[in-house]
Amino acid sequence: MTNAVEQTNLKVIVFQLADKEYAIPVSHVKGIEKLMHITRVPKTARFVKGVINLRGVVTPVIDLRERFGLPIPESEETTRIIIITLETMEVGFVVDSANDVLDIDSESIEQQPEVVGSLEEEFIAGVAKLDNRLLILLHLDKVLNPLD
Amino acid sequence: MEVNQYLEMFIEESKEHLQACGEHLLELEKNPEDLAIVGEIFRSAHTLKGMSATMGFEDLADLTHKMENVLDAIRNEKIKVTPEIFDVVFESVDHLEEMVYDIADGGDGKRDVQVTVEKLKLIESGEIAATTVAIAPVEATQIVETKVDTVNLKLTYDDFEKTVLLQSSEQDYNAYEISITLREDCLLKAARVFMVFEILEKNGDVIKSSPTVERLEEEQFDHQFYVAYISKENAEDLQKMLMKVSEVDLVEVSEIHQDVFHQSVTSNVELEVQDTIVPALVEQEVATQPVQKPQATNNSSKATGHASSKTIRVNIERLDILMNLFEELAIDRGRLLSIASEVNHGELNETVERMSRTMGDLQNIVLTMRMVPVETVFNRFPKMVRQLSRDLNKKITLDVIGAETELDRTVIDEIGDPLVHLIRNSVDHGIESPEARLAKGKPEEGTVQLRAYHSGNYVFIEIEDDGAGINRDRVLAKALSKGIVTHEQSLTMTDKQINELILASGFSTAEVISDVSGRGVGLDVVKTTIESLGGNISIESTQNVGSVFSIQLPLTLSIISVMLVEIEKEIYAIPLSSIIETSIIRNSDILNAHNQKVIDFRGKVVPLVFLEEIFEVPRKELKEDGFHSVVIVRKGDKLAGLVVDSFIGQQEIVLKALGDYLTNIFAISGATILGNGKVALIVDCNALLK
Repeated sequence: MTNAVEQTNLKVIVFQLADKEYAIPVSHVKGIEKLMHITRVPKTARFVKGVINLRGVVTPVIDLRERFGLPIPESEETTRIIIITLETMEVGFVVDSANDVLDIDSESIEQQPEVVGSLEEEFIAGVAKLDNRLLILLHLDKVLNPLD
Repeated sequence: MEVNQYLEMFIEESKEHLQACGEHLLELEKNPEDLAIVGEIFRSAHTLKGMSATMGFEDLADLTHKMENVLDAIRNEKIKVTPEIFDVVFESVDHLEEMVYDIADGGDGKRDVQVTVEKLKLIESGEIAATTVAIAPVEATQIVETKVDTVNLKLTYDDFEKTVLLQSSEQDYNAYEISITLREDCLLKAARVFMVFEILEKNGDVIKSSPTVERLEEEQFDHQFYVAYISKENAEDLQKMLMKVSEVDLVEVSEIHQDVFHQSVTSNVELEVQDTIVPALVEQEVATQPVQKPQATNNSSKATGHASSKTIRVNIERLDILMNLFEELAIDRGRLLSIASEVNHGELNETVERMSRTMGDLQNIVLTMRMVPVETVFNRFPKMVRQLSRDLNKKITLDVIGAETELDRTVIDEIGDPLVHLIRNSVDHGIESPEARLAKGKPEEGTVQLRAYHSGNYVFIEIEDDGAGINRDRVLAKALSKGIVTHEQSLTMTDKQINELILASGFSTAEVISDVSGRGVGLDVVKTTIESLGGNISIESTQNVGSVFSIQLPLTLSIISVMLVEIEKEIYAIPLSSIIETSIIRNSDILNAHNQKVIDFRGKVVPLVFLEEIFEVPRKELKEDGFHSVVIVRKGDKLAGLVVDSFIGQQEIVLKALGDYLTNIFAISGATILGNGKVALIVDCNALLK
């Protein structure tokens, strides 16, 4: 499901994280929210920011920068929480900004080059080239699963 | 009748179990070697047997029992599964299904299953080969019998109906009894019934039908129904017309002989005699149509039938969604109220206030919608106790008090089994035999009292018996021998603590394992279930006087009372059910004992738990004013003092799960949404008190 490389045309939500552009298939995105009050949950992994009240449903939020080991700046006006659904889970991702919906031709998706070498490497399902943009497709299973 | 209240439940569950049986049988047919599947079928059959016996459907229970024997033999590899055996077991399941449907249609579930029972018996004794031969003649006689039956009357008539039938013949109408059989796979039974009736009503008048028209419309019949009918058409034409309706399998039109009525109108006794001649199959019909009253009262029974169906089943998930939506509204209501007070606009204020009131009412409805009287659970107990006391040769009466007490649906669903366990325990171990009771100078008849009542935010369910009470020494000896407590521990234990040992896992006091209680699953299961519901169980017992098992349950699992506390900027909720009291202590009150900070609380040494440390609350500057706010919580007999920054107050909150992503978070049992829309976490005191 997450590895939707086989589809011929993939609609994705594009978001920014430390100058890079990432993409998540629209089918996994339930909504995009402005940053709201996050209640810290003690004794959880560092990247778990806490929980938010998403219209009556308590939803956990994780900070993707923290998850990928990127530096954490102060949150800005553009900061967004992307609500992801995966199987029975519903989780929010804190990202720098999210403002694009794009169609990607699956032809343009390549396996990720091995030179990246950062922590985020294991979370990458593929890379799509679009004109002069480079979109990193996320492996949602991996981003959400190994809760250490 | 009492039975009616849980008849529906019985029917639903029976259908489920039969469904499971069928499915597993099919699976087994594919993998005959898989004995685990046999176990599944056995369990379903066993439950069904128990249920039907309790409900008094003997034929159902009997057949299930026979089937169970065969399954047991297969399970224990005494006999091997063969296609023949499958046929017979399937046949039994079919019969069982028919019986259950008959019961659902208001019948008594009786059915002639002699043939199948014989086959099952033969299989059990390992004589499968002989079955086919032995069965044949029996079947033949069956058929003959049913042929004979068709001549007789399928319906019973009251005086009024008889008069109508009689008069019709005087006016050159013919009176018929028509039996219509729909195809087995007929999907739109009600539609077919409608078509049949349309044809009939064009050509004459329907006097009565069995099952009743309403039942037919609701498809509450198997595939066959009967109508009494008057018409000028002849029998053959009628049959042809009716056969034109699609999915009709068989139509039999038989004329009603007038002489049948000439006699019976004058004397009912004779009619009864006639009825008794009509054997097996028809008897069933008679039973489903208990003496029809004249048309007028028939109408009134129609009315009551409709009144009782004024409830609908709603998926509890939908109620949860409703609750969620309502909470959102409640949060917005808070905002609106504050905006309105800022703007201070007359009409706006009025509207907002009216809306608030309406929402208050709505809140009540939303909350009470999930509440169900404990009656639904309690109702099955009197019969169970009666049965048990018979089995055990004891004389016991069961008093049920407060059956109207309401509890959250989710709690109701869970509480049934633990209560069955406790009542069985009281009946089996508590109440003595009549002789023993007389010897002790007690009345011969023992009493078990089942009580339910509200108290604060809790519902209490108590089971009290006037039996032997708990034998302290025996319990202690047993607990020691099983290694549940050490000798040192036992010296300091209170009577209450010793009583509660019987709830510990691995404990069973009955020296003789009886069928009633003590089947390996002990009272510890009861304790675990109740605790998982956020409840408590305690035991009071006096030897030779009796015992009281007291269960304390939260009114609802979705709304609880909490104390909101603040630590730095974070707000946490502590369930009121765990809190004993709050107090403010000085720094100097804190003592050190073995690296553990403790306080002296009313003569008891209570360890302190600094929530700030447990929850790793980030603190900008150290707060030090020489005082600490402490919430004293308890779990069983253990106490602890939770140190917080300040108390905010008590509040009713809606319990929310943290979702599938965050599971097993230490000392957090859930979350809730506060009036300002922020999420607050609920502290799990049980985890903090180890």
